[in-house]
Amino acid sequence: MVFAALRKNKGAQLVLGLCIGIGFGFCLQKGGVTQYDVIISQLMLTDFTVVKVMGTAVAVGMVLFGISRHFEWVNAHIAKRTYGTAIIGGLIFGVGFGLLGLCPGTVAGAIGQGAMDALLGGMVGMVIGAAIFAAWYPSLKDGLMSRWPIKHTTVGEMLGIPGWAATVVMVVMIVFVLYVLEYLGF
Amino acid sequence: MLSLTGLLTLPLWSPYIAGAGIGVLAWLSFLVSDRPMGCSTSYVKTAGMLLSRVYPSHVEKNEYYQKYTPKIDWSWLIVIGIIIGAFISSSLSGTFAISWVPPLFASTFSDSAVIRWVIALVGGIFLGFGARWAGGCTSGHGISGSMQLSLTSMVTSAFFFVGGIATAMVTFALFG
Repeated sequence: MVFAALRKNKGAQLVLGLCIGIGFGFCLQKGGVTQYDVIISQLMLTDFTVVKVMGTAVAVGMVLFGISRHFEWVNAHIAKRTYGTAIIGGLIFGVGFGLLGLCPGTVAGAIGQGAMDALLGGMVGMVIGAAIFAAWYPSLKDGLMSRWPIKHTTVGEMLGIPGWAATVVMVVMIVFVLYVLEYLGF
Repeated sequence: MLSLTGLLTLPLWSPYIAGAGIGVLAWLSFLVSDRPMGCSTSYVKTAGMLLSRVYPSHVEKNEYYQKYTPKIDWSWLIVIGIIIGAFISSSLSGTFAISWVPPLFASTFSDSAVIRWVIALVGGIFLGFGARWAGGCTSGHGISGSMQLSLTSMVTSAFFFVGGIATAMVTFALFG
């Protein structure tokens, strides 16, 4: 594996993390999703920029990941969790998403373009929220967080089809949704 | 024909171009670093690093900080990189500006920087707490998890949006 040595090189990994982050922040800002107005308009269903950016990212990533996985260039990193984490955690996240109008990645992008509310409110709040969660974690992990396990790891496994077929199905669905959004004038 | 510098100084790209770029970066993370690209663990690590200065025994005993060691690492630098990348992008296009209240927030709720700060802080607390409960965020689950066809990530991402849409619609209806 060409990348085995690189993956073990700790110093190089820190540089790569920073570089991938810079590219990510650049694309998020150019995509417009580091703006409160754009994210809130998505949540109000009046603008679909967030769906377009995320849908394209997932479709492109899915194809590249699927091919790379086939040639064993990459490893899967899938955490199979529970509906207790997906639904309850997802909804709590959603409340924050709707109030702050940014998410953990885009809040950093908003700071980069000068949003002081993202720095002093959003980012500070996220650190406090994470600290509260860590303190509460020992009693949560065997409680609500472990309720209702999700049975299947991947969509392919759930549908009983091979990974490549599931990739095709998902990509076709994403392209269809994006096409319909454009057709409807969003 | 658009030059490279012309492309870099555009204030906005097509969402499809920006999205494709993010998809390639999420794939590169797996390829060169053998990790999914995500953001929300950085906030736990930051919390651990700050708390270990004032309350070290809590951090040492807490099992969550053992799971996510409070130190500067790859995923922590992703978030620092995002700040730098967005700064470069907005500076190149001349859209960088210090702001306190987003325009839509000002026209809907209030143009007070204090009110916006309080709402952003409360929103941030829910976001930081919920992201760790859910085990990831819009990038970790929404992009990196979904592109691996992870069912958990897709269900979780759907609920990020269910909660977000409900919260935005209710707050706009009640206070807007």
